[in-house]
Amino acid sequence: MASRVSTLAKPRGVWWEGLGRDERLWVWLTVIWGVAMFLMIAFVWPLIGQEQNRLSSYRVDPATFASQAEAFMKQYRVGELDGVPVVAPPAGGDVYLDARAFAWQPVIRLKRGETYRFLISSRDVQHGFSLVMPPHSINVQVLPGYVTVLRLTPEETGEFPLICNEYCGLGHHLMIGRVIVTE
Amino acid sequence: MATIGAMRRCEVTGLSVDRHAERLIMLNAVTAVVYLTIGGILALLIALTRWQAVHLLAPQRFYEFVSTHGMVMLIFWILFFEVAGLIFASTVLLSARMVIPWLGWLAYWLMLGGSVVATLLMLSGRATVMFTSYPPLRAETHWYYAAVLVFAVGAILAVVHFFLNIVAARLRGEVESLPLFTFALMGAAIIALWSLVSGALALFPVWLWTLGVIPEVDPGIYRLLYWGLGHGAQQVNLAAMVGVWYGLASLTTGARPLNEGLSRIAIVLYVLFINMGAMHHLLVDPGLGTWVKNVNASYFMYAAVMGSLIHAFSIPASMELALRERGYRRGLFEWLRRAPWGEPGFAALVVSMILFGLLGGISGVIIGGPQVNMISHNTLLVPAHFHMTVVAGTTTAFMGIAYYLVPLIFQRQLLFRRLAQWQPYVYGFGMLIFGIGMGLAGHWGVPRRHWDITFSTAPALGMNLIDLRPEIAVFLAMMGIGGIIAVVGGAMFVLVAVATVFVGQRTPRPVVGRIVPEAFSPYPVIAGGSGEAAASGEHSRFEVPGTLVISVAFLILFIFLYGFSWFELSRVPWKIG
Repeated sequence: MASRVSTLAKPRGVWWEGLGRDERLWVWLTVIWGVAMFLMIAFVWPLIGQEQNRLSSYRVDPATFASQAEAFMKQYRVGELDGVPVVAPPAGGDVYLDARAFAWQPVIRLKRGETYRFLISSRDVQHGFSLVMPPHSINVQVLPGYVTVLRLTPEETGEFPLICNEYCGLGHHLMIGRVIVTE
Repeated sequence: MATIGAMRRCEVTGLSVDRHAERLIMLNAVTAVVYLTIGGILALLIALTRWQAVHLLAPQRFYEFVSTHGMVMLIFWILFFEVAGLIFASTVLLSARMVIPWLGWLAYWLMLGGSVVATLLMLSGRATVMFTSYPPLRAETHWYYAAVLVFAVGAILAVVHFFLNIVAARLRGEVESLPLFTFALMGAAIIALWSLVSGALALFPVWLWTLGVIPEVDPGIYRLLYWGLGHGAQQVNLAAMVGVWYGLASLTTGARPLNEGLSRIAIVLYVLFINMGAMHHLLVDPGLGTWVKNVNASYFMYAAVMGSLIHAFSIPASMELALRERGYRRGLFEWLRRAPWGEPGFAALVVSMILFGLLGGISGVIIGGPQVNMISHNTLLVPAHFHMTVVAGTTTAFMGIAYYLVPLIFQRQLLFRRLAQWQPYVYGFGMLIFGIGMGLAGHWGVPRRHWDITFSTAPALGMNLIDLRPEIAVFLAMMGIGGIIAVVGGAMFVLVAVATVFVGQRTPRPVVGRIVPEAFSPYPVIAGGSGEAAASGEHSRFEVPGTLVISVAFLILFIFLYGFSWFELSRVPWKIG
């Protein structure tokens, strides 16, 4: 320890020295832990986890998306809840989810155990898709001009609230939707 | 106005202080504390609104105040303080001159003008676009974007001035190697330059768009550029905070870096990799591929995490060594027991390191993974994470060093020393309760930036999140109560700082606590007379066994929390992907 000085003062001469036993041990531990975390994200979880971040996306004109969503709602509409159309898409089919300030449309009715492709986009500003499935919520970002594509398989029946998690204007806290899962 | 080259010699530290630098440090620091006070008052009102049982503010006020609080705290308070720190590190610490004083003044006035206009617009409800101001959400007035851009230009000039000071000092032969403190701030300055430019690139087109010059701004590309600023600016805080940690360790215990080279490499790791970590805001965005996200989160980010883990070890290690050299050698932890716990700087250092490390750092690494991010994105867990890093970490550390630099720079006696002694503990305790409550609420799915999770005023499909998960009410109450305690702790700091600046007795030799007098000396510190031989001879196996035990315990907790988060992800009742 040749010229170790306070961290507030200018060191003089050559201050480089090899790592001591303590530092070597700690640096190796951090390297091992870093590699372990890397393997978890890149290899281990993709192998064993049922919850994978495999979003895909494409660009869309907000007006085009809005008309596609309207057509979807018209085709599979089965009823109405609080003035919001309830839509039951075919098992394994696409689900258009249309966000706007300050509402999610439509209310979606799904069958348990079937895999659906959610196509989510916004007509106006940025929103956040936040599907509350206790104990947690599952969240993705929703941008106008982009469709967020997410594959979901409900494995529990019930009613799941859909809330907006990105500030979208003064009515942000009014933006709520619903996903209903039946047998 | 003093002539160029007017320097005074500090009687406490022996450093030469440029009068221009001194005045600019004072102005920037005072401005910072004013913003801290504004932000703190807003913090209290916001916390009391999100505490659902109190629910104080009306929705519009709440969103206005959240926008203002975010900007004032994350950008204005911290950047003004950091500019003061940059000037201090590049002039006073080097006993060097401020090379172009008028550039420093220009930077200050631009920053002040931009920040005042932006704050007034946000408070008046004409720029309720949150900290992120994502287009196509638009502020009512285009002046808001212009004001933020002016501020950014000022901040860029201040950072450029920092580099000019250092280069000039080096050319004059006043500096051989930079002090570690200045080196860490140089890391911060490099990251700052990159993030401020990135932010200007993001906001400039938005400003043109609000002026009607260009038809639209791509929200995806905005997000990519914006997060170069939004998170990058916080990495500036991280690097600056680590510098302050090293500085406080030297000031209060006489610590010297265990290995100068290793500490500097860890700072270089920040500069190279941590900005890439900023991309973890985009992990569940459309427009970016899975491959990019995974490489970013699983490879680049962990290089920066390694940097943090090295500091987490080498700072306590340097203190252990210094205290052992002073004679506290018994057992693993005598040095820790006999450490100066009543010294505000040491208290702030410990509180900052513990809260930042245990809650801020670990939570950041966990939610920075692409899969786990799906259950934490845009929930309260995200603000919980950054309150633990920026408030419990950076702000506490900055308050700690202010207790020394304010008396030294203003040449006034520190007032209310006893209040200063308790302040870091009160503040830290409040932030601990606040952070745990907020983090758990987010973990249970409560969204961020949200006025009312009971949806009591929603016209359609109302569903009360608290009815669904009753424990959320408890977590939000913790957040409210912790917030109140933390605001009290913050007010204690403001009181001490303001009283010292305005009423403290003027003296060229202020008593600034029990600092180690040789902390500013360019010669090796030999504290307590026992010298170095004792330390190297005593432990033939390990030099810093106590720190090793603490660090390994920390790592085990980290591994546990990391594993737990994956377990929680596996409990999501739907299959995703």
